[in-house]
Amino acid sequence: MSARRPLPRWADVALLPALNLALAFLVSGLVVLLVGENPFHAIQVIIYGAFGYGDGLGYTLYYATNFVFTGLAVAVAAHAGLFNIGGDGQAYVAGLGAIVVALALDQTHWLLAMPAAIVAAAAVGGLWGFVPGWLQAKRGSHVVITTIMFNFIAAALMVYMINRVLKPATTMAPESATIAVAGRVPQLRQFFSFFGYSPVNLSIVIAILALIGVYILVWHTKFGYAMRVLGANPTASRYAGISNSRMIMITMTISGALAGMVAINEVMGVQNRLVLDFVAGAGFVGIAVALMGRNHPIGIALAAILFGALYQGGQELQFVIPGITREMIVVIQALVILFTGAMEGLFRPSLERAFMLLTPEQKAEAIAVSTTGPES
Amino acid sequence: MDLSVILSILDATIRLSTPLLLACLAGMYSERSGIFDIGLEGKMLSAAFAAGAVAAISGSAWLGLLAGMIVSLGTTLLQGVAAISLKGNQLIAGVAINMLAAGMTTFLGQTWFHQGGRTPALSAGGRFEPITLPFANELAGVPILGPIYADLISGHYILVYIAFIMVAVTYFVLFRTRFGLRLRAVGENPKAVDTAGISVVRLRYQAIIITGLLCGLAGAYFSIAQGSGFGNNMTAGKGYIALAALIFAKWKPVPAMFTCLLFGFLDALQIRLQSAELFGIEVPVQAIQALPYVLTVVLLAGFIGKAVGPKAGGVPYTKER
Amino acid sequence: MNPQRPETAAASAPASGWAIELEKINKRFGAVHANKDIDLKVKRGTIHGIVGENGAGKSTLMSILYGFYTADSGAIRVNGTEHAITDSRHALALGIGMVHQHFMLVDNFTVLENVVLGAEDSGLLKPSLDRARQELDRLEHEYDLEVDPDAIIEDISVGQQQRVEILKALYRGAETLILDEPTGVLTPKEADDLFRVLRTLREQGKTVILITHKLREIMAITDSVSVMRQGEMVATLETAATNPEEIAELMVGRRVLLRVDKGPANPGKTLLEVQDLVVADDMGVVRVKGVSFSVRAGEIIGIAGVSGNGQSELLESVSGMRDQTSGTIILNGKPLSLEGDDGAAHARDAGLAHVPEDRQRMGLVTTVSEWENAILGYQNSPEYGAGALLDIGAAKKAAAAHIELFDVRPANINLKTSLFSGGNQQKIVLAREMQRDPDVLVIGQPTRGVDIGAIEFIHKEIIKMRDEGKAILLVSVELDEIRSLADRILVMFDGVIVGEADPAVATEGELGLMMAGINNKAAPRGLGIAEQGPLP
Repeated sequence: MSARRPLPRWADVALLPALNLALAFLVSGLVVLLVGENPFHAIQVIIYGAFGYGDGLGYTLYYATNFVFTGLAVAVAAHAGLFNIGGDGQAYVAGLGAIVVALALDQTHWLLAMPAAIVAAAAVGGLWGFVPGWLQAKRGSHVVITTIMFNFIAAALMVYMINRVLKPATTMAPESATIAVAGRVPQLRQFFSFFGYSPVNLSIVIAILALIGVYILVWHTKFGYAMRVLGANPTASRYAGISNSRMIMITMTISGALAGMVAINEVMGVQNRLVLDFVAGAGFVGIAVALMGRNHPIGIALAAILFGALYQGGQELQFVIPGITREMIVVIQALVILFTGAMEGLFRPSLERAFMLLTPEQKAEAIAVSTTGPES
Repeated sequence: MDLSVILSILDATIRLSTPLLLACLAGMYSERSGIFDIGLEGKMLSAAFAAGAVAAISGSAWLGLLAGMIVSLGTTLLQGVAAISLKGNQLIAGVAINMLAAGMTTFLGQTWFHQGGRTPALSAGGRFEPITLPFANELAGVPILGPIYADLISGHYILVYIAFIMVAVTYFVLFRTRFGLRLRAVGENPKAVDTAGISVVRLRYQAIIITGLLCGLAGAYFSIAQGSGFGNNMTAGKGYIALAALIFAKWKPVPAMFTCLLFGFLDALQIRLQSAELFGIEVPVQAIQALPYVLTVVLLAGFIGKAVGPKAGGVPYTKER
Repeated sequence: MNPQRPETAAASAPASGWAIELEKINKRFGAVHANKDIDLKVKRGTIHGIVGENGAGKSTLMSILYGFYTADSGAIRVNGTEHAITDSRHALALGIGMVHQHFMLVDNFTVLENVVLGAEDSGLLKPSLDRARQELDRLEHEYDLEVDPDAIIEDISVGQQQRVEILKALYRGAETLILDEPTGVLTPKEADDLFRVLRTLREQGKTVILITHKLREIMAITDSVSVMRQGEMVATLETAATNPEEIAELMVGRRVLLRVDKGPANPGKTLLEVQDLVVADDMGVVRVKGVSFSVRAGEIIGIAGVSGNGQSELLESVSGMRDQTSGTIILNGKPLSLEGDDGAAHARDAGLAHVPEDRQRMGLVTTVSEWENAILGYQNSPEYGAGALLDIGAAKKAAAAHIELFDVRPANINLKTSLFSGGNQQKIVLAREMQRDPDVLVIGQPTRGVDIGAIEFIHKEIIKMRDEGKAILLVSVELDEIRSLADRILVMFDGVIVGEADPAVATEGELGLMMAGINNKAAPRGLGIAEQGPLP
């Protein structure tokens, strides 16, 4: 193994993700070219659609809110070394908690209904994360497989709940009763007409609070410290007297609870009722967001806005350039996950070597440090 | 419930379990060699699209099938490079592949065919026809056995028969050939294989090539056999059910066949029923839909025996020297 | 000297001719010079032992022979012809087979399948399995290696698994067999069975190279023995012409001792007591086979021994990281009870601190900064935060204090721990554990991979702790270190304490013998091989 020093902080946090993003855009641009459209024009349209006017910005922020929640969910689990791809399912079932409380309290002011709904959504989403966590900690079942399964179980469960339990007899559409106006989370356009008709609502405040909360949790609490030790080195974690099994269960619960906040945004802030598949794949975007954001709240916030912009810009793109559908956004998202998550090996070694060549003293030190030969 | 209803359900079972079986067997090769594959869904979807597109353009189902297999193979190799050569995270690679397939198929479909992501409906040559086995019509009159032969066993697409033949082939390859022995070894203890002088990387690539080809068959089934052309997201999560079946069958070919038949049966059931009565309690159709997943979780939790996968699964092989 | 051609060699069992010759083999790993100008000649049809302590270079040398590593310089001759052995396939083709310390077997395959893997005749498995079955039958009878070919590996005993490894090599036509510490996982009876097999191999004209640190094995079975020390080949002797004392002395060597100035010990009350401790490793193999001792305040108990004799499991057990199979650990008067997987926290609460053997794998999280490692294990203590919040300021202050007191360089609490040198990393761990003012300090390999300057410092600190009245349990494979620091020495071999010594009186030779399993003094409890009668 040749001596390589790890990348400096800024390269790891900013340069590498930027490179991966650039590559993702490059490949997507090629695809766009292949179908006969101009990628640069496409980017222009996306940027305008996402940020160029009030409605657009509002939609961008509304999407970003969801992605902050799901991104945080993936990131928190990742710090403990767990890969939670159950965000979709956790967010979906949290809708039950949200709607039940929201309907029960919908004559009361939203200032009372919202916190209660948050607790309920967090509880249900948390439960949906807890079970796979328990299975991993106590029964050794791989959390990736179980969360995939739970996504589908959630889907089946919710179809049943919406169609058979929550749907009022008077409605044909598969959805729950509508929340009365008093109990709805107000949309920002009620305060700032700048936002036009966009659905961005006060749950964005919850998103910001969640970002701050996760930051404090992971880097400023003893629990967060233990979580990071477990994720970095499970043997050292055992050495440090940390209960790995307890950590796993609690982390997955928190992760599920965070994903559950999507329900607040959608059910109480936008749809005002529980509809089928309101999550619309946000759980998977969360994976891209967490990977790009290096599992850090600041990165996640930026990545969430980026993907929100892509989503909204993608909508705009569909109208302006009919040749490019919004699936292009899914492709970009997938490429980001591919390059950032799976093909890390593409850039990292070359970058590490490049940085090595810049500082000969550090190179010498690195060689001195890496004198690990075999025990014999 | 008379014979014809039973036969009808069983017939549907066979048709529905075919793609599951093909995908399940596909996953078996890669997972047995130590590569976790949660990208079966994406591979099938890409293959379905390619098959539908090429079959529509060329008018030949066989060309479509070939296209499907090639595309699936390409997707698999992409995943393989990430997992084997770049030693990346296999699970993330799988998620990325699934998403990529979902995006690219609809995107290209809309761009090329302008039908909202669908490929055009297929003409006669572009689609596989059901095959009537010899003497099916003559034997149909024979009581009980006749209809079973004529309606249940005969009259399926060729891919169905291929799928079930592949069970025997897979069993043979895995347990009766040198390649199979080495494949199984590399998923359990790659170091043992390495010290025996066999290339771990080469074996794993060989495994995933087979995975890609079989997924190609599975995907093509959707668009040029069962359906007529590709439709948005037509695999609808079957890739994950195949994964569940693989785990439930403990990575063995014959149990995989029965598991896929079981899951196919549940699928056929939930299509027919709105709900069922079990001991006087109404069982909602969603419960039947969720059953494959619930069963897999129960198995993974160790409540009905243990599902111990290939020991070296999911870990990139580095020669520790 | 007639170099015999490989084809003719198999026809008879010649008594002369070198099977293996290694000439001026050199191998470096970074700054570590693992093999220095090694010369080795092994006669065909003999059993040749290679003996030495940890770090002597034995395994590296054999890995070069088997093609795992490539030597930096030097020549290898097999049956007189020079070869450049590039990989294990090449070595196998030359008739060199290796039985590794950690078996290379597929657990859920049968014996037959494991033997055949990689040596199949054709694409179809059945003919290969049939031929293998016949061949295995023949080999088993010829070499007395009875094993059920259809048994599944995870169901058979460790001794039988080892036989499968040997059969694998023989099936591929190995003429020279290398065994690396083969008896580490065997019961005494299994070890004797192994020796019987080795003798039969020799009778059949095979050449055996046995790597071991156990002198009884050397004396019992080898025809000649090479002694390695610190990367060099120190001597090659005819076994019949030497004795264990001589070999032990060569193994351990007369080095310039780094003696630490220390006053006499002033032991107080017993703070750590271990009673009949039995501990198994992750595989379920019992590694600590009934150990009892006690450590008093103000004294250092040194446990000497070659690694792999149960010390690691002992350390993990006493520090709360690993549950014991049976026996009691009493810390500060209270039995240590482990419930759940956070046992180490219980031990710490009872006043124990632990400097682990493997700092990078266990004692540090190398991917984070120094200050974050400064609180590892103590993150829940009130001085680092009253409630749930972590008092980062307090942690950083403590980290800075550690760095200053222990002269850690570079003096940067925010630097990623992986960028510190081995010695400084060790100082970080020691500072953390010692600054807690524990009652009992458990230390494993404190100066492994540490430079000379840091070693002196670390030794001084350990003595200081002892003088402050701490009870210290020191485990080290460096005999020097034990002799220099310990007030009492216990020697551990094969999971038991085989002897006790007073460092002021005991000689290197005596200790070396005990470490290698030879003990002429009062018989300790539960012995293995050494108890089985006089040496042949």
